[in-house]
Amino acid sequence: MSRFSNAAAAFALALAIPFAAQSFPGIGRAATPAEIAAWDIDVRPDFKGLPRGSGSVAKGEPLWEAKCASCHGTFAESNEVFAPLVGGTTKADIEAGRVKTLVTGDVARTTFMKVATLSTLWDYINRAMPWNAPKSLSTDEVYSVLAYLLNLADIVPADFVLSNENMVEVQKRLPNRHGMQREHGLWDVKGKPDVRNVACMRNCPVSAVVASALPEHAKGAHGNLSEQNRPVGPSRGIDTSAGKAPAQVAAVSASLALAQARGCMACHAVDKRVVGPGFAEIAAKYKAEAGIEAKLAAKVKAGGVGAWGAIPMPPNASLTDDEVQGLVRWVLSGAR
Amino acid sequence: MPREKPAPGRIQPAPEGFLGPTHIEAVRKGRRGFLKRALASASAAVAGAAAAQGAFKGESEILELPAHTKGLGQPVAAREYGMPSQFERGLQRRESPGLTRVSAASVSFAPLQGMFGIITPSGLHFERHHQGWWDIDPARHRLMVMGLVKQAKVFTMDDLMRLPAVSRMHFIECGANTGMEWGNVAVPTVQYSHGMISCCEYTGVRLSTLLDHCGYDRKNGKFVLAEGADGSSMTRTIPMDRALDDVMVAYAMNGEMLRPENGYPLRLVVPGVQGVSWVKYLRRIEVGDKEWATKDEAIHYMDLMPDGRHRQYSSIQECKSVVTSPSGGQTLLDKGYYNVTGLAWSGRGRVKRVDVSFDGGRNWRTARLEGPVLSKCLTRFNIDWVWDGSPSVIQSRAIDDTGYVQPRIDQLRAVRGTRSIYHNNAIQSWKVAASGEVSNVQVF
Repeated sequence: MSRFSNAAAAFALALAIPFAAQSFPGIGRAATPAEIAAWDIDVRPDFKGLPRGSGSVAKGEPLWEAKCASCHGTFAESNEVFAPLVGGTTKADIEAGRVKTLVTGDVARTTFMKVATLSTLWDYINRAMPWNAPKSLSTDEVYSVLAYLLNLADIVPADFVLSNENMVEVQKRLPNRHGMQREHGLWDVKGKPDVRNVACMRNCPVSAVVASALPEHAKGAHGNLSEQNRPVGPSRGIDTSAGKAPAQVAAVSASLALAQARGCMACHAVDKRVVGPGFAEIAAKYKAEAGIEAKLAAKVKAGGVGAWGAIPMPPNASLTDDEVQGLVRWVLSGAR
Repeated sequence: MPREKPAPGRIQPAPEGFLGPTHIEAVRKGRRGFLKRALASASAAVAGAAAAQGAFKGESEILELPAHTKGLGQPVAAREYGMPSQFERGLQRRESPGLTRVSAASVSFAPLQGMFGIITPSGLHFERHHQGWWDIDPARHRLMVMGLVKQAKVFTMDDLMRLPAVSRMHFIECGANTGMEWGNVAVPTVQYSHGMISCCEYTGVRLSTLLDHCGYDRKNGKFVLAEGADGSSMTRTIPMDRALDDVMVAYAMNGEMLRPENGYPLRLVVPGVQGVSWVKYLRRIEVGDKEWATKDEAIHYMDLMPDGRHRQYSSIQECKSVVTSPSGGQTLLDKGYYNVTGLAWSGRGRVKRVDVSFDGGRNWRTARLEGPVLSKCLTRFNIDWVWDGSPSVIQSRAIDDTGYVQPRIDQLRAVRGTRSIYHNNAIQSWKVAASGEVSNVQVF
């Protein structure tokens, strides 16, 4: 910092002090200890905030299968819904604390290839998982699920019991624990930029040739661009429909709105497979089957796996019976 | 007008609204008779056979008074909450197909290609949700300020809306904006390449007001943690000097309360810093003495460098700009005059200057900056261009008041490689072909 800005800062500080004491009587009230405890759930890298508890790899396995595998895969390796959690790390990485494939390879990056702080995983599972029922795991269940994950990543053995006592030790085996750097200018608003350009105005030394362009096959991948621009103005959107009829803008039915509100559309779409089967596929497969409404309604409530592949559907216990029946009927009638 | 192929050009004052993509295609291919026939049929009722023979009497838009000129229009409050014209439905926020698998953990991009000025209409503000969005009852929402403070406090929305209010205009940009283009061109339009940015006027309370009111620890309080009330309970660490500077706890956006997709009823506004720190549904501020290394600062939102290490806590959105019209996926109507326009911004301060090149970066001219030019806010720029019909590559290059010059993609890659995902603020290139088609390219 220059001498001038030091002086300026001191001056600003001197000015600020008389105004700092403004009070706002009647605004806000003291938080109670119970309120603070209810919300103060964060866990820091130094494990401040980590609650006492424990969980084993063995206890984590059934929890994983029931609550996590549908999105992350049986071995936490799935790239179907979210980026994979496990994979890409070696015993040598665990020894060194640096993941080698981050230097050498352009591979899909898994969570365990990146994360340097064990607290991050505990904190995140506890605050936000499972995805459709966050904060539903008990403290010991969080330890168990994390123990299971650590075992899948070959960081702890199969008979391991993870607890608040040994998190510090496990931290020392994270494969990428030395993989972070802070010496960059993007943390501080006054930080020093790492890339420099100069504002050349005439005959600048550039090649001015096209180094990369959108491949022909990708031009229509974002829909018909003529429908994503205004019908007046200096230009029009390019027609990239390749002769396909424009998408119909359908009014959202009450059933679709319910399906959206209840999270069904997070994994299903009407006309295509997302994580689960498309509603049209379901209707085509089952609509002629006797007694299918009741069967599907039970499946929606309890969850299921196998009919459409290996990714299980989680249970949806919060739906009322009326809602389930209505949704099943709507799906079987074509989901319009 | 001289005839020359394959340069585009319309023959006569054909009605603009009537030039659909097919017509433009016809003009481009030199099938001018097609357009003439269309023009003739449009004015046939008035001009009759004379039009077909070339005696142009006038456009039907002028000569035949339309229903809206000769009838009674809609009453007031026919729509209790106003909506855009039916003709504007092309300008919507959209997902980028294949970018994410589940739409509750996804992104929708703002249609920059059709937007004006610097303020993003609330309904077109880009979205990023980690675990879906909610419409939270403001009467039941609470904000807790705790940690290293003399008195941990709970605030209702009533409390917060009684406190001294400030209104500020700022941009919000996702750290991953333009992230798909680190390696090569991946998306067709500016909506998908740059649409994770928006700019609004926010109203709320300065975070420093709340921290002072709770008596934060001036010696040991080095950082604050912001946490959301939704299922993801998003958390980010903010250094105390930032928190005391211009960070706001905002309840309003563009003159109304925040939209649910943008954190109703309360969100953090962290000017100049990537959107992930602007925690939505804000429920808690904790003052602490160390960083938290939360999921979105220890697994995501880290920039992978060529040495295999990640830059952690990369937050500031450095100076950047993009030409929004003309831009990728559009086609110019004709040769002649165009107002080329775009947006520039810097997370470190004001935009000082924007230069535009029409020859792929070899020669540059300085654009006009539209006012207001505000710190950590979008700035609109405009520049005159007469297109002579020859191929061109349009670029813009912004300079902020720290003197920093927006870099080229090759300069960024030389330092950061191609795998960092985040903080790509490279100069954008749009190629204009002789046909008038504009496409996304990388030129350096």
